[in-house]
Amino acid sequence: MIGLLLRRLLQAAFVCWSIGTLTFILLRLLPGDMEFRIAAGRYGHDNVDLAAAEAVRAELGLDQPVWQLYLNWLLDLMRFNLGDSLVSGLPVVHEMLHLLEHTLMLAGAATVVSLLIAIPVGLYAALKANGWFDRLSLMVSAFLRAQPIFMIGLALILLFSLELRMLPVAGFDGPRYLVLPAISLALAMAAVSSRVVRHSASEVFRSAFFTFSRIKGLTFRQAFLRHGLRNCSLPVVVFLGIQLASVIEGVVMIESLFSWPGLGHGLAHAIFSRDVPMIQGAAIALGLIFVGLNLIVDLTCYAIDPRSREAA
Amino acid sequence: MKLQVFLGAFALAVGLIACTPNQNPDVLTLGGPFEFTSQDPARDGYVYTRLQIAESLLEVNDNGELLPGLAQTWDMSPNGLTWRFSLRENVRFHDGTPLTAEAVVNALNMALRKPGVIQSAAIESVNVEDALTVAVHLRAPYRRLGAVMAHYSTAILSPASYREDANVAWMQGTGPYKLVGFDPPHRIQATRFEEYWGKQATIPNVVYLTGHRAESRALQVMAGQTDIIYTLDPASLNLLRRQDNVRVYSDTIPRTIQIKVNASHPFMAERNTRLAMSLSLDRQGLSEKIIRVPGGEANQLVPPSLAEWHINDLPPIKQDIVRARGLLAEEGWLPGADGILERDGKRFQVSLITYADRPELYVVATAIQAQLRAIGIDVDVSIVNSSGIASGHHDGSLELALVARNYGNIADPLGLLIADYGNHGNGDWGGMGWHNDELPAVLEQLKSERDPVLYREKAQRAAHILAEEIPVIPVLFYTQQTAVSSRVQGFSFDPYERNYRLSEMSFAQP
Repeated sequence: MIGLLLRRLLQAAFVCWSIGTLTFILLRLLPGDMEFRIAAGRYGHDNVDLAAAEAVRAELGLDQPVWQLYLNWLLDLMRFNLGDSLVSGLPVVHEMLHLLEHTLMLAGAATVVSLLIAIPVGLYAALKANGWFDRLSLMVSAFLRAQPIFMIGLALILLFSLELRMLPVAGFDGPRYLVLPAISLALAMAAVSSRVVRHSASEVFRSAFFTFSRIKGLTFRQAFLRHGLRNCSLPVVVFLGIQLASVIEGVVMIESLFSWPGLGHGLAHAIFSRDVPMIQGAAIALGLIFVGLNLIVDLTCYAIDPRSREAA
Repeated sequence: MKLQVFLGAFALAVGLIACTPNQNPDVLTLGGPFEFTSQDPARDGYVYTRLQIAESLLEVNDNGELLPGLAQTWDMSPNGLTWRFSLRENVRFHDGTPLTAEAVVNALNMALRKPGVIQSAAIESVNVEDALTVAVHLRAPYRRLGAVMAHYSTAILSPASYREDANVAWMQGTGPYKLVGFDPPHRIQATRFEEYWGKQATIPNVVYLTGHRAESRALQVMAGQTDIIYTLDPASLNLLRRQDNVRVYSDTIPRTIQIKVNASHPFMAERNTRLAMSLSLDRQGLSEKIIRVPGGEANQLVPPSLAEWHINDLPPIKQDIVRARGLLAEEGWLPGADGILERDGKRFQVSLITYADRPELYVVATAIQAQLRAIGIDVDVSIVNSSGIASGHHDGSLELALVARNYGNIADPLGLLIADYGNHGNGDWGGMGWHNDELPAVLEQLKSERDPVLYREKAQRAAHILAEEIPVIPVLFYTQQTAVSSRVQGFSFDPYERNYRLSEMSFAQP
């Protein structure tokens, strides 16, 4: 257990260094003058000229040798200082927390809603495997999964905002603004996770140990709670871990459609204006989220599966 | 069973949240594409003057004439080297401190430490003359200093607003609205400032929200969530015009869509070639079918609203493919096997860059690509960051660029024209590889020209040079499209985009 935590901590440190270094190198390799890009981000898209670019270069010391800039960044990172945004001049940590908060809120809400859909739908489909409900849920899943996510978002906007006038189209100003983006994401997530639930539950229902537990006289409910639940939840938990990581990375579309100030969107904009510390900060935050999620998945599996405890 | 109860409760909760109406009677909500990252007037100042949080010494009316702002009167010394601004009495900043000459000098000195239009005037020093008088001393006369003092980057903030490094920590302006919420890059919240020196605002609260996708912005106003959406995309216009609860306003603004041409490129050095490219454009088609506002065809760079700089009797440039082909043939360009022009074995192939910050530019760019193809010029279009224009100008890699140039950035386009054509006819956003010494000389003289008649004559001369030589090809005059919810009364649009005039708006009684 302690070993697992230490291993993950070491991984986190390695992720910070490697992601930061990689983004640093990649950004240097991109075409286009950095100081011009930053000047466009700072002074507005039609106010960028040589004078603005030179002011940026002088202020940020961009004419220093590359290795020196890299060393400065590495030293700062060791002191847990991510630096200031080149565009806004505000500390990266401050901006990151604002974005991270919104991304986690959206991803968290979407996961809860997706589980509320996926678990009942998946279990019922497994119970009536190959029945009409199972086939229908397969069709709906395939249909939703095949849509680009902004299509789902737009369809929801058209229905709930324009026709019914119940919810706002975009923005972030309280819980009402969370509903549509979270449901759009949740539908796309549940499309796949409901099938994973269905598959792993139907395996359990068809297994010898489950049949045996019924034969020895347990009701279906007792058999499921005592023998089925843990067995079928393992693959689901592992899948959710992977899915959540990809959701956090992939919400850029939803964030930009709903004007949601999240990490994915912040990262995209930082790349446009070559805001290196922001890009490094966002990439490191995403990497750490990945490590954290893996840790949570490991711990959950550890708690669910007695075999892994014995092995440890 | 438990699950059903839970699901029921969840659905009910969603329903209850959802039943509150989209419109709040005390809040005016605005949306637009502009992101902001700071509170510094030199960077994102336009956001704050538009929301009437910050104000400048002078204001501008719809005709580009200067009006008193925080300065009640102003004058220039006979030699043109000293300007005096007398400040309005009883003006308070949002932090409660009074507006004094010292505060103004401090704010202008902060602006002088950053790049921006204020650098175009050779300012030697800014001094306190007395408690309410500020003197600006120039190294050389600059007739248009007044317009600079009406620009958002010279907005006056209280001394407490600035940090030591001249950046702004929290904006304390003087406007009818006061900044209360700042969530970059998306949301600004402002509330009515009760001690405003002028007429109090009617609507108590204002929220500005950046909308990244043009479609989302159009839907926001249709759903009644947002009261005013600035800068609509052409594709949404017809949809919005059909809505009962939305009005669409089209206002011409002094911005021109134009093609920046690298005149040092061996293919485009001759005037005939540039003229042929200009003649190949179907401006009427672009205006009616792409921008969807008829009448926006540009026959020169400076739009009609800047009357001193606009040539009234210049005929429109009609599409003339035959003449364009003839001009190109005169320069030795003859069609090859695939219809693309060739000269000395070289194909007429060039690249055109544009940027995505304005939603119509890339659509217009592809239409221009097709129209130039019709006279045998093969154009690749690529979408870059707007900084690619300035950096491409300096490293010489730019060939053609489609840009939207704001001639009303300050109330007089002189400063902008000097930036664009001052260096022997060249500048980051203007001429490139073109050589003309008369135009920069005329512009230089205009800096100190005090006689309005002579000023107009010289400005007209400058406009004629640009129209004759075509260093940059004019395409369309810009129209600002704004969608306004029917509950908003008193809407009007400032063509200089300095001020959204929110304090004059009110809500219709439901």
